[in-house]
Formats: sequence, structure tokens, C-alpha cells
Amino acid sequence: MALTGLDIFKLTPKKNCKDCGFPTCLAFSMKVATGGIEIEKCPHMSPESLAKLSDATAPLMKTVTVGKGDGAFKLGGETVLFRHEKTFVNRSRFAVILSDAMTDEEIEAKIANVKKINYVRIGEEMKVEIIGCKYGGNKEKYLSLIQKVKENDLHGAYMLVCEDADVVKEALVLVKEENPIVYGANKENYKEMVELVKKDKLPLGVHGGSLEELYGLVEEIQKLDHRELILNVGSSSVKEAYENSVQIRRIALKEEDRTFGYPSIVFVNELAKGNKHLEIAVASTFVMKYGSIIVLEDIDYARALPLFALRQNIFTDPQRPMRVEPNVYQINSADENAPVLVTVDFALTYFIVSGEIERSKVPVQLAIPDAGGYSVLTAWAAGKFGGSSIAKFIKESGLDENHNCKKLVLPGKVAVLKGDIEENLPGWEVIVGPDEAMHLPKFLKGLQVEALAL
Amino acid sequence: MAFKQSVQKFTGKINEVEIGTGEKAIKLGGENVMPFYSFDGSMGQRPKVGMEILDVYPEAWCDSLKGIYKDVANDSVAWAKFVEEKFHPDFICLKFEGSDPNGLNKSVDECATLAKQVAQSVALPLVIAGSNNHEKDGQLFEKVAQALEGSNVLLLAAVEENYKTVGAAGGLAYKHKVGAESSVDINLAKQLNILLTQLGVKAEDMVMNVGCAAVGYGFEYVTSTMDRIRLAAFGQNDKTLQMPIMAPVSFETWSVKESIASEEEMADWGCQEERGIAMEVSTAASMLTGGADAVILRHPKSVETVNTFIKEIVG
Ligand code: B12
Ligand code: SF4
Repeated sequence: MALTGLDIFKLTPKKNCKDCGFPTCLAFSMKVATGGIEIEKCPHMSPESLAKLSDATAPLMKTVTVGKGDGAFKLGGETVLFRHEKTFVNRSRFAVILSDAMTDEEIEAKIANVKKINYVRIGEEMKVEIIGCKYGGNKEKYLSLIQKVKENDLHGAYMLVCEDADVVKEALVLVKEENPIVYGANKENYKEMVELVKKDKLPLGVHGGSLEELYGLVEEIQKLDHRELILNVGSSSVKEAYENSVQIRRIALKEEDRTFGYPSIVFVNELAKGNKHLEIAVASTFVMKYGSIIVLEDIDYARALPLFALRQNIFTDPQRPMRVEPNVYQINSADENAPVLVTVDFALTYFIVSGEIERSKVPVQLAIPDAGGYSVLTAWAAGKFGGSSIAKFIKESGLDENHNCKKLVLPGKVAVLKGDIEENLPGWEVIVGPDEAMHLPKFLKGLQVEALAL
Repeated sequence: MAFKQSVQKFTGKINEVEIGTGEKAIKLGGENVMPFYSFDGSMGQRPKVGMEILDVYPEAWCDSLKGIYKDVANDSVAWAKFVEEKFHPDFICLKFEGSDPNGLNKSVDECATLAKQVAQSVALPLVIAGSNNHEKDGQLFEKVAQALEGSNVLLLAAVEENYKTVGAAGGLAYKHKVGAESSVDINLAKQLNILLTQLGVKAEDMVMNVGCAAVGYGFEYVTSTMDRIRLAAFGQNDKTLQMPIMAPVSFETWSVKESIASEEEMADWGCQEERGIAMEVSTAASMLTGGADAVILRHPKSVETVNTFIKEIVG
């Protein structure tokens, strides 16, 4: 990554033959270092030098692909430690654990829960993306569990959590085509495990008793030429797991040591020891600090709502706030007799507000002026969402002339704008709506009843 | 390569700020590392967990919370004692919602009397919050600071519009601690801290609220702001940003849909109380992982959980 021109120069044949189009090998090397030209433009590089270079210029953290088809996704590939430096690219993925050690009822219940959590938040599908099948000692039951998960079509990637290579081998017969994660390799079994996954390049979860042991183990596995790895941060305590998670990421990105340049897995279910609320707290911490796969005991809305929302926040591009196009949007087949609601062009706000309007089933014209892509109060405080700009937008959008229903509803948080808008928009009735969008269905139905009564 | 821990030493350190008096007094801050990075240096004081109570009946709170406090919620003194005895938080945040000019508009004298009664009835340190009306909050903090002289409370918080009044009364005349509240921006945080110190408030007597949001509701801006503030405080030894951070988590999480939608409204979503706790616990853990030195919470289960979380992660 951080190779200098001189580093590269040392690897060239130093012939100054100009075949690359540069006067000297050094000049060429300087250009390569800045990314201005590819090393292949020198026809005389030795294969050893090329290998060294490609190692040194490979990303510090590997991107590992998991799953097949529409359930496939990438893990890792991160380039920074803090999201204000650059975007975090591949979001954390949540897994739920099933096991042959569970009763059939437990398994059924969890499968039902996984199926139930499937919703859209700001344009993103929220669901459990990995189904972990943990081996509890009964091979027949384990294999039929995997079969059952298959039949249930859960649209998640498979993760075989099993350290017995013989059992993994049989399990793979069932799901190999799905590019499952095989967890896990340890210092006793890693050779057999690598043997099982190498040919198909399946992602392999690796576990060491300590960070140092993990490091040595990764080196050994790399020597066997398998590089689709996922590193377990450990589960003896929250403290240890957290520190390891940060260390792994930092050793890879800051110390530029690719031995730890892999995505991670955190068994939060084990760390929380059956305490569901603690599980939510700990999982939140690992969404923020570098957990690529976060394993949960089970899933329900109480867990999903905060965790998936937090993940969505952490993995957005900090340089580019999500915006929607300023415009007038017709919701629930609104026509010229529908009331006009005003909100801002911040994507989060738009999705929340339009979602609530849809839930109300009341036809509404949703007017969105250019508010700089900010939330209601932020835009107001920044001077981008004021009485005159809203009034101007209503006039320019044509709503002032062509619209029958002259009712304009403001977000409750900017109730202070009422007078100003009334002054600028003669003929309109300006109504202050509720503070929170979730009260919109009730509020809109009230408006509708009022209108019918007239 | 051989395995080697990655260690980063910083020159800067967060100030240690004491709130309250006597045995129950607490200290915030003191760390010279990013949150819970014990491999780099000292984590300072264990993060603290406070509980929110109001000066008025919590009309807007959800039914499960009203149920928990039903016998005490009409009387802040009883409420404070109840919380102290039953849930053992590190501090109590008494929020004067009733002082809001657009609400009950209680007089600041009335508020100050109540503050004093509460302070006399509990041993826990107090954090005083207003109604977020900047002008009224200025007057409120001034009066409460006077009434609570000697109690060493934290006034949460002074903002750009009222920092002179709050700083002069709270930090200088009556020797309390002053919270500096800014809106999710490192430069604004810095600027307000500088203004307060120029007024004469000592940096060691200040705490910051640099903005707070529920997870999913602009939280990404908050966490990146905290990252930047902490990196400047440690890495550049920026004295104007070395105040501990207090995050009023409950002020944010209990008004979002996830916490307030009833079970009839969102049939799929399941138990409303569970969702409220989940949002509060997730936001609190995230704020602590982001760099907060203290959080304010509302539900007893959240307090219990976040305390366990802190114990587990600090080790
Ligand atoms: C994230 C954030 C930012 C981000 C911007 C994010 C963005 N794209 O908007 C950044 C860091 C850039 C920012 C900047 C600023 N911010 Co800011 N920010 C926040 C924060 C933490 C969250 C905002 C958020 O995302 N809310 C979530 C969205 C969904 O809420 P919403 O848009 O209001 O929508 C809800 C309701 O209004 C309602 N609703 C929406 N539309 C409609 C329509 C109708 C008809 C109805 C009925 C309801 C309705 O439904 C939604 C859900 O219920 C808040 C504090 C907080 N915790 O809320 C401060 C906050 C909004 N910011 C504030 C300020 C002052 C600013 C700045 C002006 C600071 C400054 N002086 O520079 C700047 C302005 C930007 C600039 N200088 O250009 C203040 C506003 C104070 C006030 N009361 O006026 C706040 C409240 C913080 C504070 N306590 O001081 N901010
Ligand atoms: S082609 Fe290769 S050897 Fe020839 S000058 Fe360029 S870098 Fe040097």
C-alpha cells in the first residue's frame, strides 16, 4: 500500500532501457508509486518482483464474499479506522444461531422469528442475513437441521459452526453450492478444515485461544494458500472481545500487517450469556467497533429495530448525506383535493414521513422544498427551511394556482413558522401538525373527518 | 512478521470532574485513551449512569414507565428517593419540564425550591436540566444554582444563547459544574468551551453535551463528532476539548416511533416496553462506545443493563 517510488525502484531491473516510455527506471517507479501507471508497463520485471509488488499493493484488508445469488454479500474490505476519514464500506451482518442441541420447538420458533423480521427502512431491506447452524454433538440431528433450514428457504447465507472436520465434510455435501461460511478452524484442526474449503474458496472462520495464537494460526493457514478468512475476536469476555476487535482492525490498517487484514466475527450470543438486553448493548458496540458478523441468540423487533437502524447509520457515507429530490410527491393517489404536507429533503425524514402517510391511507400531497438535505430542525436552524422559502416553493410548484385544497400542514417542530407562511401565502390555511410523524395517521384521519363534515 | 500489539500513546487527557458531595460524589472522565482502549493507557473513571426524573407528573411518558413510578410521580422528592433506594444509579437528573413557557410555565422560584427539597432528600449527585427554552433555562439555572449552593450539581446545560448567565451563576458565583451543549459539531463545541472559559469558568468545572441522537435518527453524525472531538483532545492535546461528555440518552430515545408506537398500532412489533428499553440500551451502549463518560436513562431495566454492560466491557 504505502510503497514509495524508491521501494519500487529496488524491484526493477534498473536497465533504463526506456521500453516503458520513461527515461529511467526511477522515473517510471515514481510514476507507479503515485498510481499514475501500472507496473506491467515494464516488460522486464521478474516474476518474484511482481509477486512482491502485488502483495504490497493489495488492499490491507481483504474483502470476503459470503453466500450465493441474491443472498450473497461482502464482508471486510475496510480502509479506515474512523468513519469521518472515509466511508465504512461493508456493513455488519447479523446471524442467528440454531443448533441440534435445541429442542424442535426452539428451532421452529427461531426459524419463525427469522422469517418474521423482514422490513424496509430508508430503502434498505432489514433482515437476518446469516443462519448459523451450530453442531451440538448429534450428527444425524445436525444434518437434518441443515436440511430443515434449506427447506425453509430463509434467504440467508449458511454458517456451519462446527469444529469437527468430519461432520463439516458431510454438512458441506448439503450446502456447498451456497458458498457457506465454515466456522471454524482452530490450532488442532486447521489443516483438515482448510482441506475442506480450499477448492471451493469457502470463507473459513478462524479461532485462536488468544490474539497471538490467532495470529500464528492465520499465518499457518495462509501458508496453505487459503485466504478467505473470518477472524473470531474471542468470547471469553466482552472486554477481551472488544479489545481484540479493535486490535485486529488496527494491526491490519494502522500497522499495515495483512495477517489480520480480514473481516471479523463476534459471538455476541455467547458474550451476553442469555441476557437479551445485554446482547443488544454488546451488539451495538460491535456494530460501531468493527464486527463484520454479529451473532445473536435470536431475533425479534426489539433487537432488530435499534440494531439494524444503528448499522444503517454507521455504514452511510459521511461525506454525502442521503437526500431526496425536492418536489411534490403524490401519496395514496392524491389529487387536487388532498391536503398539502410540508417536510424536508433529508432522506431519513422523507422515508419516515412518507411511510406514515402511506400507513394512514389518506391521500396527501407531500411538498418537499430544497432544505439542504437536513432534518427539520437542522434545516430550520441553518436557515434553509423558513416561512418564505416554503411559501415560495408552494407558489413555484404550481400548488398555489392549481390546487383545490388549500390546507398546508407543517411539521410540529417548526410551529413557529405558521404566522410567517400565512402572511406569504394568502388564501391558505396553515395547520401545525404533530411533532412526531408517527402521529400522522391519527392526525390525517382527523383532517379527513373534518373535511367531510364541511 | 511477528505478532505485536498496536499501541497508541496520547499526550492529551480528559479532565476529571467531580459532581455531588460526600460519599456519593462521582467523578467523570480522566481517561487518556479512546473508549475502553485499555491497551493504550488509562480508561480513567468508570462511565456513570444517571436516571431521569421530572418536576411534574410525566404525562408524556409511556404507560409502562408511568406504572413503575405511579406512587411517586406526583412528587419529585418521593420520586428521587425511590430511584435512589431502588435502582441505585450513580446520579439523578432532575429535569424541569414544567418550567417551559409554552407549557406549565412554572416560576423559577418554585423550581428552585423544589430543587432544594430534592437535594436535601437524597445523597446522590444531581444533574439539573431545563425545558430547552434557552431564555427561561438561563433564569432557571441561575436560581437553582443559588438555591443549591454547596451541593456541587451539574447544570445541563449552557448553550450559546445563555452561557453567560449560566456560567456566571453556576460556575462562578455558586461553584457548581457547568455543562456546555452544542449541536453535533466539533467547532461549535470548541467555541462554546472557549467562551465559557473566557468568562472565567475553569475547564475542570465543565462537562460537555456535544449532541445526542437515538440510533437510527442522525446518530452517525453524533458518533463521528465524538470521534473527532476525542481524537483532537488526545492526539493534539487540545485543552479546549478535554471535558468529559454527558449524553442525555433518554431525552432522545423515548420520543421515537420504535419506543412509543403502541402494540395496537404496530401489531408485528411486539411489546412496547421491550422496544423502548432496547432503543435506550442500544443508544446508551453506542454513546459510551462513542466516547460518552456518562449517560442519562429512564427505564430501570436500562439502568441495570447498562451497568452490567459497563462492568463487562471495563473488566
Ligand atoms: C444529525 C444532526 C445534524 C447533522 C445534519 C443531519 C441532517 N442531514 O439533517 C449535522 C451535524 C450536519 C447538523 C448540523 C447542524 N445542526 Co443539527 N442535529 C442533528 C440531530 C442530532 C439529529 C437530527 C435528525 O437526524 N433527526 C431525525 C429526523 C428524522 O428528524 P426530523 O427531520 O425532525 O423529522 C421528524 C419530525 O420532525 C417529524 N416530521 C418531519 N417532517 C414532518 C412533516 C409533517 C407534516 C409532520 C406533521 C411531521 C414531520 O417526523 C420525523 C420523525 O418523527 C439533532 C438533535 C436530535 N437529537 O434530534 C440536531 C439539531 C437538529 N441540530 C441543531 C442545530 C442548531 C444545527 C446547526 C444549525 C448547528 C450550527 N449552528 O451550525 C447545524 C446546521 C447545519 C449547517 N450549519 O449548515 C439543533 C436545532 C436546535 C433548534 N431547536 O433549533 C438540534 C436540535 C441539536 C440541538 N439540540 O442543539 N445537525
Ligand atoms: S521498461 Fe523497465 S527496465 Fe526499462 S526503463 Fe522502464 S522500468 Fe526500467
